[in-house]
Order: sequence, then structure tokens, then C-alpha cells
Amino acid sequence: MYLAAIINLNHPAHYYSVGPFSISAGNAVIILVMIAIFTLALFLPFPHGKADK
Amino acid sequence: MSTSWTTRVRKATLESYKPEDLLPDTQPAYVASWIYIFGVATIAAFVMLFATGLWLTLEGPAWWHTSSIGHFANSMHLWSVELFFVFMVVHLWGKFWMAAWRGKRITTWVSGVVAFMASIITAFTGYLIQTNFDSQWISTEAKDGFNSIGVGAFFNALNTGQAILLHVALLPLLLGGIVVWHIILIRRKGVVPPIDNDATLEGNK
Repeated sequence: MYLAAIINLNHPAHYYSVGPFSISAGNAVIILVMIAIFTLALFLPFPHGKADK
Repeated sequence: MSTSWTTRVRKATLESYKPEDLLPDTQPAYVASWIYIFGVATIAAFVMLFATGLWLTLEGPAWWHTSSIGHFANSMHLWSVELFFVFMVVHLWGKFWMAAWRGKRITTWVSGVVAFMASIITAFTGYLIQTNFDSQWISTEAKDGFNSIGVGAFFNALNTGQAILLHVALLPLLLGGIVVWHIILIRRKGVVPPIDNDATLEGNK
């Protein structure tokens, strides 16, 4: 409820359209976040813990 | 070979899977990368989905409209499914680009594809049982789609009761079974090595 007051979701979705291609802002954000997570997962160093005996 | 089905089941299960393969405590060095995290992250989100889904099932599909606790449980279910699909898609991309079907792992890959399809169908029935304008819109649009391909007689998207039973009983069990099958196959074949390390392709457990 409080977060919704900061980000007002009570309106029709905003769409980006280029020619026949159309995508909602929400879906575009999710896809960009997934690409960002995928890229970070490839390049961020993985922490190494102590080896178990 | 014995004709006893108990013997055949034992040989196909307990005697084919070593405990150290099913619950390993070490993995090859190349598994130490963030890209290998997303499979288990998907399972973690699935566990949250199961837990919050059971909670919602106990209270009914309209509970979240009138109760703040219900709204919280519903939001947990929503964000679990958002994370479930995000993690699963990143897992899919990672496995696709490392060609994870190499080394006789095609069944593992296909079981993942089947799990993805089952997840989409399960999520769709979840959309249908929100008991709000969103589910009303989706179900009325979807029924035209189903009728156009001739399956409207078997699955009526406007039948909320049917969608609820599919979503809370049949599909989670089906999906859970596919996920267990997927994990057992991974344990049996081991994690696929990097593309430039084909020497260890079939013996890297």
C-alpha cells in the first residue's frame, strides 16, 4: 500500500511501440533486469569458501 | 532378470543411484560461478510458491481482497512467481549458451523444457483464479483462443472452479514431479562442463 503510494500503479500500462513491435514498460523492465542479472552472473567473481574436509 | 516388479523398481532406482551422487558434497571447479546459482534459486522460489500457495489455499481465492494478511500472502505468492520465472529464464539462458545437452544430457535438457512449459500453464491457471477484473479479462480473452484451436470442450477458461483445482492440485503436483525428475537427471549425469573442456564431458561427477 505504501509502496504503491510512491509508485502509482493505478493507471493503464505504458507501452513502447516501434512499428509492429509493442511492449509494456513493466515487461521491458523485467527483460532488462534479467539481461543485467545474466551479464553480472557471467562476470562477477564467485566467492570461495573454505574447503570441507 | 526377475519378473518381480519390486526387483525391477529397486534395480532401476536404489541400485542405479548412489547416495554420493544424489547428495554430493563436492562439485567440479567450474561450478564455482554465479551462473550455476540460478537453478537452485528457481527451486528456492518454487518452495516459497508452494508454501504461500498452501496458505492461500487454506483461506480461499477471495481472501486476499478483504484481509491485509491475505493481501500479504498473495503478494508473497506473486513475487515468488516473478522471481521463479526470472531465475528460470536466466538458468535457461545460461544452459542454452553452454549447450548443456552435451554429454548425453538431452533428457535433462528436455525435462527442463517440459518444466518450463508446465510452469507457464500453471501460472496461467493462477491468473484465472485471482477473482478480480484482471482474471475476468484474461479468461474471456483466453476462451476465444482455446475455442479457436478446438480445446474449448475440454478446458473452459471461464470455469473458475476448474482453474482452481488445476492450479492448486493437479498442476503443482505435476510440476513438482517434473522438477524432481530434472534434479535426479542432473545428479545422475553431473553438471555439464564448459564448452572448452569436453575432455571431462561424461565423467565429471
